[in-house]
Amino acid sequence: MSARAKLPRWAELTLLPFINLLAALVLSGVVVKILGESPWAAGKLLLAGSLGTQEGIGYTLYYATNFMFTGLAVAVAYHAGLFNIGCEGQAYVGGLGSGLVALWLGDRAPFLVVLPVAVLAGAAFGAGWAFIPAWLQARRGSHIVITTIMFNFIAAALMTYLLVNVLIRPGQQSPETREFGAGAFMPLASDLLAKIGITFSASPLNFAFLLALAASALVWVLVWRTRWGYAVRVAGQNQLAAVYAGISPSRVIVQSMLLSGALAGGLGLNELLGSQHRILVDFPGGAGFVGIAVALMGRNHPVGIFFAAVLFGALTQGGSQLSFDMPKINRDMVVVIQGLVILFCGALENVFRGPLAAVFARFAIKPEAAA
Amino acid sequence: MVENPTLTAPAIELRGIDKRFGAVQANRAISFSVARGSVHGLIGENGAGKSTLMNIVYGFHRADTGEILVRGQRVDIHSPQEAIAAGIGMVHQHFMLVENFTVLENVILGVERGALLAGSLAHARGELEKLARDYGLDVPLDALISELPVGVQQRVEILKALYRGAEILILDEPTAVLTPQEAEALFAMLRRLRDEGKAVILVTHKLREIMAITDRVTVMRQGAVVGEVATRDTSPRELAEKMVGRAVLLRVDKTLAQPGAPLLTVRELEVRDRLNVARVKGVSFELRAGEIVGIAGVSGNGQSELLEALAGIHDPTRGSIILGGHDLVREHLGPRERRALGLAHVPEDRLRMGVVTSFSSEDNAILGYHDRPIYQRGSLLNRAAIHAECEKKMIAHDVRPALPLLRISAFSGGNQQKLVLAREIDCEPSVLLIGQPTRGVDIGAIEFIHRKLVALRDAGKALLIVSVELDEILGLADRILVMNNGEIVGEVARADATEEKLGLMMAGVKEESA
Repeated sequence: MSARAKLPRWAELTLLPFINLLAALVLSGVVVKILGESPWAAGKLLLAGSLGTQEGIGYTLYYATNFMFTGLAVAVAYHAGLFNIGCEGQAYVGGLGSGLVALWLGDRAPFLVVLPVAVLAGAAFGAGWAFIPAWLQARRGSHIVITTIMFNFIAAALMTYLLVNVLIRPGQQSPETREFGAGAFMPLASDLLAKIGITFSASPLNFAFLLALAASALVWVLVWRTRWGYAVRVAGQNQLAAVYAGISPSRVIVQSMLLSGALAGGLGLNELLGSQHRILVDFPGGAGFVGIAVALMGRNHPVGIFFAAVLFGALTQGGSQLSFDMPKINRDMVVVIQGLVILFCGALENVFRGPLAAVFARFAIKPEAAA
Repeated sequence: MVENPTLTAPAIELRGIDKRFGAVQANRAISFSVARGSVHGLIGENGAGKSTLMNIVYGFHRADTGEILVRGQRVDIHSPQEAIAAGIGMVHQHFMLVENFTVLENVILGVERGALLAGSLAHARGELEKLARDYGLDVPLDALISELPVGVQQRVEILKALYRGAEILILDEPTAVLTPQEAEALFAMLRRLRDEGKAVILVTHKLREIMAITDRVTVMRQGAVVGEVATRDTSPRELAEKMVGRAVLLRVDKTLAQPGAPLLTVRELEVRDRLNVARVKGVSFELRAGEIVGIAGVSGNGQSELLEALAGIHDPTRGSIILGGHDLVREHLGPRERRALGLAHVPEDRLRMGVVTSFSSEDNAILGYHDRPIYQRGSLLNRAAIHAECEKKMIAHDVRPALPLLRISAFSGGNQQKLVLAREIDCEPSVLLIGQPTRGVDIGAIEFIHRKLVALRDAGKALLIVSVELDEILGLADRILVMNNGEIVGEVARADATEEKLGLMMAGVKEESA
């Protein structure tokens, strides 16, 4: 009858995710044990690999940058009451936009010219890919979960076609473009820090990390501090109240999905301009789906998304380190651990909510009962 | 001769029931008993704990402490099934019927005998015909529920309970959906059940019903029983004071209306629903400055659709709505533009449409008005102004507690409604549409809201009130339009209106032939 057990806000935001994460890690430890490795040693490797060295931290934040873009994308749609499963496809097509700009301008313009054009093109392509499902939802009522999933497949097929048949560098086998010109290279963190006299080990961490932080701030302002965000949140929470207030739910659906797709498109800046320096097949690598977990775990708030993205970045980086050092634990095992985190922080987040709320209720009532 | 305790003991007795939800004490040491062959009223404001108590009796909740005795025997009730087994039946405010099943099928639902239906149906038919004879509960057993009027559907619910062997029948706000005549028929039925030795518990907030039908009445306030009296020894005023805990004004004080120029003119308005069924069929009327027009009718006769069409939520299929020289229909003006023209709307279902329950009060206090310049600072929202304006409204309209950051769902229905009203009248609209002004609102707030509405009328606004509470229409309106089946079947000046006259019109008898 009662919907969700109530928790104090701080516990909701910190304690509960922490307990969920702990449960996921304990269960992962059990799996590691079954595989015949020491969970303790595995945990140490994971931690050392992701946060123990400057290089590890660099990689962790580099992956986190991808997850921040897609996590923000999922969150913006969520506030409009939409479950955007299509960030993978939007990031893929969005990256195409940035990549094309990089191919076109990289050789003939400096970075400061390439950057804004690449950002805009990535956002426009990502938004464009999100527009069709959004329009279908707003006008025809086609469920956005279904259409965005389908558009992931269409994006994958389209990109493979383009890379194999159109954009491929002539005279080679692998389906990827030629390398961008140097003007389209995102400055690396190590280079930027060196300029202000800090030495930082080389890693793919690059300027796009700052863009992701800026995008986080922008999302926060848009959603919580503007009329537009207010309308989005009203429509997302209660469509009838939106209509009553003169807010058009279909306009909100389209606009918020455009923003969502544009944010997903940011992934290409980090992955392509920041690290790969060319367009290649399947460069989002599942970050669009991880974004769903990141948004869920981060409670759809930019601050929460930042921490969740760093966590998943650490799992990705630490996990690859782990599979390198412990042969029994391969990459698939790392995906299992990520899956457990998603399971506990997303699908099963209410498992510990009830007992935890009971504990809080007991402590909350005591003073009154004693009085 | 040894008396059999199961014959002389009360049909049901509650002893020291305590129930706490988190920090809220919903029921506190509640004891009361209902004798066989009596109708017992349970009355209290919203949130007084009536529903919690009845849900405990019916097995939806478990009491923290206390016990329930049925015919002198202690019973443990963990689920509705166990309540039914103990002879307790409940008729909910919202019927639990399958619309596309027949009456017979609905009655046996959940108590089928064996895997094949035919035997159960035949058995039930015999039983029901007997019940119908015994209690005068006439229902067409083979009709689909969806084809039956609401009053008859309610009878099916009662039959369901009796078929399951109920000796104790709980009715939760049973008259909310009935015309006065249907309510009278229900009361006749309840009297008959009482005379046959059943115990009836009537949960209501309508004092008139308590006086009309009950033998004893228990008054609840803030989770506790504050009085139990024989109905013939009390008065509506005394009961109301017990409910609220202080003296209350049951009548609305107002002077004669001085209607001025028409502010809103509705001509031949037709509204169709999604299935293209006409719900409002060519309605015409006007609203004048300085008058309150009430729309009476049994709920579901087109009042809601009319109200929403006027507010711009649904587009009418034909007709016109003229406000300030604009034809709102032809010019396709939405709720936002209508607000700008001075048309404000307090929706019928506050929680479904009037507020966003997960938002703070201050975010709710700008709903529909979030474009106003005073709430902007450049291209951002001016949080400080939003906060200050909300606090101002809360103080001016006695919204308690006056905490703009508190979630709207943490407020009582009355305080939510006061905030919605404050929001809608803040921009000095010339026309105010109000659906169910006091639905789910406690008596203290009802007084406040009614006084506010009369003050608005006296300030020269035109008010349109849709309410299923006939008392409210009679108390507030200067002119009453009665709707039945999507049409206005009559118009009565307040001075000429009686409950009987309105009741007949609500049932569809046109004014001329009434």
